[in-house]
Amino acid sequence: MDRKEWPLWEVFIRSRNGLDHKHCGSVHAADASMALKNARDVFTRRMEGVSVWVVRAGDIVASDPDAKPEMFDPAEDKIYRHPTFYTLPDEVNHM
Amino acid sequence: MVASISVASEAHLEYVLRIADSSLILGHRLSEWCGHGPVLEEDIALTNVALDLIGQARSLYAYGGALESKGRGEDQFAFERNESEFRNVTIVELPNGDYGFTIMRNFLFTAFQGELWAALQGSAESQLSEIARKSLTETRYHVQHASDWVIRLGDGTDESHARMQRALDALWPYTAEFFSASEIDDADAGPAWSMLESGWLSAVRPVLDVATLQIPAPTSFLSRGKEGIHSEHLTALLAEMQYLQRAYPNCGW
Repeated sequence: MDRKEWPLWEVFIRSRNGLDHKHCGSVHAADASMALKNARDVFTRRMEGVSVWVVRAGDIVASDPDAKPEMFDPAEDKIYRHPTFYTLPDEVNHM
Repeated sequence: MVASISVASEAHLEYVLRIADSSLILGHRLSEWCGHGPVLEEDIALTNVALDLIGQARSLYAYGGALESKGRGEDQFAFERNESEFRNVTIVELPNGDYGFTIMRNFLFTAFQGELWAALQGSAESQLSEIARKSLTETRYHVQHASDWVIRLGDGTDESHARMQRALDALWPYTAEFFSASEIDDADAGPAWSMLESGWLSAVRPVLDVATLQIPAPTSFLSRGKEGIHSEHLTALLAEMQYLQRAYPNCGW
């Protein structure tokens, strides 16, 4: 039998006002409005969210896992890029 | 508050039980889909609706028990009454059929609940209007979910259209019961259900139109579940739903 799967959608949920949307999983759905409802039903059953984003998984451009070394390793030995590398004057609070 | 409860008429309780029993029985029917939905997401969606409906029934049973003041609570109403004591409309006790049938029933019934909750928000009984207010939010989502599917399937393939039309043809005659006259309608609890018909029709008609489905011609068939006269299906449903409480009275879990 020919089984036609619905496309996959990635789901992002904002748990409280002021926070960021966080990726929390994926759902299958035929279109955007169905994806939103499915995401609501699957991922907000326990008051997890106040806002939901869905995006077609195929529309996300992702880095290649095999290219991890050249993408991320060069940052490893450059700790001076962290602001904690510098000593702050006492007068500067809340950095 | 206490005074109004002590003078509450039997009709008032019956009125509440009609709503509560309809929610509970449909909630039970939908729970039968758990693990059998056509796709995982719909399986979860339907059980969410089932839990909302059972929650509505629980609130109403607690309220009805307080009205009656005979020590009955949600468990007694749900598990210790016989078929003829249930006041649900007949449509909710019919077997689930295929997914289209289940969705069509959800659509027709939850659209009716939407009208009912909206009217009950104005009830003089503050507890009842509070239950209606909370339930209306849930019901709006149920109607939206069912409407989406009625349109998708009704205006879908030849096969899905034929199934939805079949479901509508089979279910439509049962909707007459929503609005049939009854002496319970004189209760102070809420509006006579016959008052809700025009609102309900203008809620369901546009969706059925978009879904390219034809409303069948009216018939003289009138089911009478809300008077306690049920189809044969309720017996089997209660046998399963009440089994544990009947086999082990007062058990807790």
